[in-house]
Amino acid sequence: MADLEELYREIILDHYRSPRNRGELASPPAHRVEGFNPLCGDEVVVSLLVEDGTLADLKIGGSGCSISQSSASLMSAAVKGKPLDEVRRLINTFKGMMSIHEASLGHDHPHDGNGSGAEVLEGEPEEIDLDKLGELAALQGVVKFPVRIKCATLSWNALAQGLDEVAAGA
Amino acid sequence: MSATPADGTPIDGAPLPLNTEALRKDFPLLARTVNGRPIVYLDAAASALQPRSVIDAMTRYYERSHANVHRGVYATAEEATALYERARLAAGRFVGAPNPAAEVVFTKNTTESLNLVARSWGRDNLRAGDAVLLTEMEHHSNIVPWMLLSEELGGLDLRYLPVDGDGRLVLDDLERLLDGVKVVGISAMSNVLGTINPVRLVADAAHRHGAVVVADGAQLVPHAPVDVQELGADFIAYSGHKAMGPTGIGVLWGRAELLESMPPFLGGGGMILDVKLDSFRPAPPPARFEAGTPPIAEAVGLTAALAYLDDIGMERIRAHERALTDHALARLDEKLGRDVTIFGPPAGPDRGGVLSFAYRDVHAHDLAQVLDQYGVCVRPGHHCAKPLMRTLGVQATARASLSLFSDDNDIEVLIEGLLEAGRLFG
Repeated sequence: MADLEELYREIILDHYRSPRNRGELASPPAHRVEGFNPLCGDEVVVSLLVEDGTLADLKIGGSGCSISQSSASLMSAAVKGKPLDEVRRLINTFKGMMSIHEASLGHDHPHDGNGSGAEVLEGEPEEIDLDKLGELAALQGVVKFPVRIKCATLSWNALAQGLDEVAAGA
Repeated sequence: MSATPADGTPIDGAPLPLNTEALRKDFPLLARTVNGRPIVYLDAAASALQPRSVIDAMTRYYERSHANVHRGVYATAEEATALYERARLAAGRFVGAPNPAAEVVFTKNTTESLNLVARSWGRDNLRAGDAVLLTEMEHHSNIVPWMLLSEELGGLDLRYLPVDGDGRLVLDDLERLLDGVKVVGISAMSNVLGTINPVRLVADAAHRHGAVVVADGAQLVPHAPVDVQELGADFIAYSGHKAMGPTGIGVLWGRAELLESMPPFLGGGGMILDVKLDSFRPAPPPARFEAGTPPIAEAVGLTAALAYLDDIGMERIRAHERALTDHALARLDEKLGRDVTIFGPPAGPDRGGVLSFAYRDVHAHDLAQVLDQYGVCVRPGHHCAKPLMRTLGVQATARASLSLFSDDNDIEVLIEGLLEAGRLFG
């Protein structure tokens, strides 16, 4: 069950059981974005408040599996109060960590022990520095389970969309 | 109920109807291990496994007889055509079609069969404001095609038969709901709840109101004897791959007079009598609905699959899966008690071998992930039935679905995995 323990690390289970920044912000002034995973029905609602170039506040609503919910909780803790450019960088770094294995999706199923090694696509835009990710690095076990990657990135995609929409509206 | 004996076969002292140990040898994929464990395949409702005879028949076809159908006059082309048309007879006879040569259309899958009915019959017979009666437990494939048609026609009155707390259709208001209805779409067996619906009763009532009845047979046809004349529907659709055949082939049976009245579905080769620069004349059914090169090897595989099921006997398959369903319901209750919620009817004649459940508050995806470590293949998610999920008040369920080779050891491994998930997420 080594892979399973790697997937469901204690920090992930902790964020799943005790999610941080749960709820919704009043909108307006906050901006509200919904993310759906049509394959499993998971949904996430990210409400974000941008003030003076920083992500002043955000809350996470919705429901889903332990991976989508813990990823959203970890994300909220990592980005809240941060300058927008730093938030953008973190989104890219996190999605980079998750996309590594999208390159290996065409390989044999990892359950046989084949194709589970990380493989970076040629032309990958930047090196992934796991140190920058802090607690978020706990989610790297997800990449061994390719169908779960969309669970982990659900809230991040919603946040990125929300930032884009706020920027476009400003 | 006493604990299951070590040899795993008796249920309440009675053996399961089928010798699963022998049958398992017919399925090459079951010889594989996953995560160091034998595969416990509980996902037949998504797609069934193929017996060796199906794989061999398709290989033999490609090695010896492949050619396009209805075209060439050389020997292999004649063979391919004969094999393809033989499959049509087999697919029709499997569901008791009175005239399979004229009434069976091959499609890609059940979804395409249902879309064909909506696009061809529906577009030709429905007008804005007409009523369509579906059920809340329909698969998206018997809902969305009618919604697409509704958009195109400027609005249909979509009505739904509700589902009760036991996962059965509520028929109290059937007569009122049928008033003015032109077409009824009903799943013969729910892919989420396992409910075997009273299609005959609904069809008889629908016919009294002049409605046409479209049955989704994807789950029922591979798991119980089905006779279209007893079922009473005007169309029934099923998929090859859920009946232990290959993917890429679906079946639509329809009453001959309805098929004859319907315009073509897709345009192309094979569906015409004549084409001029400004017009065409469509071929009679079933060719009218089979534009382009059809799934020939898949038809050959389907013939072998239906022969495999027939050799065992659909009555025995149903008896086996029913006995194991009853056993599984009892065993899950005995071992997991209130921690497990099973959706769908209690054990009985209208309970098929599809078990959707929630375990404690562990999300279905997490359950399925842990079960995978035990080699257990179940399906997590909304099962393409989001309206039903909303009725049940859940976002997703985990679903274990039985095959003719399933036995009580599979249920024990499932329970073992669930207990581990409980420990992990406790």
